[in-house]
Amino acid sequence: MTKTIIPIGPYHPLQEEPELFKLYCKGEIVKDVQWVTGYNHRGIEKLSESKTFEQVFFLVERICGICSTSHPFAFANCMEEIARVEIPDRAKYIRSIIGELERIHSHLLWVGLAGHFLGYNNVFMWAWKYREPVLELFEMITGNRNSYAMFKIGGVRRDIENHKIPTIRKVLDTVKEKTDLLTGAVMDDPVIHARTKGVGILTKEDIIAYGALGPTARASGVAIDVRKDDPYAAYASVHWKVITAQEGDVFAKAEVRLLEMYESISIISQCLDGLQQIKEGQVDVKVKEIPEGIGTGHAEAPRGEVFHFVKTDGSNYPVRHKIRAPSYMNIATFKKACVGQTISDATIALAAVDPCYCCTERMAYAYDYASREKILDGNELVKMGQRKTEKLRRQIKRNR
Amino acid sequence: MGIKTFCFKKSLWLFHFGGASCNNCDIEILDCLTPRYDVERFGMKLVGSIRHADVLLVNGSINRRDKERLLEIYHQAPKPILVVAIGTCGCTGGIFAEGNTFAGPVDKIIPVDAYIPGCPPKPEAIIAGIVKLLNK
Repeated sequence: MTKTIIPIGPYHPLQEEPELFKLYCKGEIVKDVQWVTGYNHRGIEKLSESKTFEQVFFLVERICGICSTSHPFAFANCMEEIARVEIPDRAKYIRSIIGELERIHSHLLWVGLAGHFLGYNNVFMWAWKYREPVLELFEMITGNRNSYAMFKIGGVRRDIENHKIPTIRKVLDTVKEKTDLLTGAVMDDPVIHARTKGVGILTKEDIIAYGALGPTARASGVAIDVRKDDPYAAYASVHWKVITAQEGDVFAKAEVRLLEMYESISIISQCLDGLQQIKEGQVDVKVKEIPEGIGTGHAEAPRGEVFHFVKTDGSNYPVRHKIRAPSYMNIATFKKACVGQTISDATIALAAVDPCYCCTERMAYAYDYASREKILDGNELVKMGQRKTEKLRRQIKRNR
Repeated sequence: MGIKTFCFKKSLWLFHFGGASCNNCDIEILDCLTPRYDVERFGMKLVGSIRHADVLLVNGSINRRDKERLLEIYHQAPKPILVVAIGTCGCTGGIFAEGNTFAGPVDKIIPVDAYIPGCPPKPEAIIAGIVKLLNK
């Protein structure tokens, strides 16, 4: 069966990374889901053992391009636990600012992709357009649009000088305005309500059974957030709340992500207030050596908790480095979210957990339940989803 | 005017092959299509099948599992086709070149016409690279 797929391959232009989902269908109802990974295996944990601690930061940054702060963040937390280092306050604020900016750009990216799956290509275009100012901000602060290389053991590499703060605030105001626009567009549109409410429901019990994390869990009423549960960097000294929703469907997940962007904006602006009160320059402490020991570190990525475990032996290299990305837990919930849905709802149910498409892959096929033969491919699936929205839109217009 | 330059005169259609990458290059390629850079105004667009494509964009390091699929896709491509290796991983393997699953940079597997280095290359760099390739 796998052989029938190979000529087409799990490579697809709509999303970026290779991932193969097989949907087994009976009529129009999805009966079973299977996913195949491995197209993206790079042997990072093994590679990490051959790199010095300073180099590992550049490696873990390249696990995922969208979460390229979360992995160094977790690794830095981990190494600072082993070395017993307390970083300067200024570095804490800068770390939190970078982490939250990343959350904003990642959530905007998701809103765009979700819009594309629903057949709202203008949402896709607009969300990605409003993401650009955030990337420009990154370029101003760190020198690169993605892969920021900001973290090191004992602090950060670059300071955010105080004269840059007004520019950052100005961009945040624009982003807030545009988030209002996108939130309004999602919350008020009857077609989006019809397409996403009651689709791909995950109950609280499912979340706990599958160990799902991040916005996926929070949309089902599980208030799990590392930033609150075990505060790191500057998260303990700013005021914000964990956004949760109770329904657990796709709409709830979109709602949680959109509202989280407001929290991120508020966290950044409080961190900027904090930065202004501290003298410039002191952004790192010297760490002379890493003692023997084991350490764990975690950070809240846009998709959930990133977890790193490192064992050291007093040398300059990690002996063992274990990484767990949130998508690994979240993708397993597909089995619950997709089964029993129609095929046209399956794409958005799959996209709703925001599977870090780089940690995973991206292709969906529909198979006939009885004969296990392929009947639809990913392109057709997305088209089907878009047609359903169009139909609903016409229906709602007629009823008015 | 040779057949090759004639083929690539207008509206290039792109097929995107994301190998074992970190997603940054993939996103920057998609970014080229969105309003800030908007390459669709030149008639460039991503297509769903390699059989419709004029340009094959390859990014990410290629692991052993991807290698045969990349070869298969290259053989299916209508010739002449332009192959562009995007990002440091596509050009050389980058930080993953020492990995135990690494199967060689793109140019060891299929012939490459242009390299766009950077981690990730900015959308401007990707556009500039393709323009340079067309003027070659």
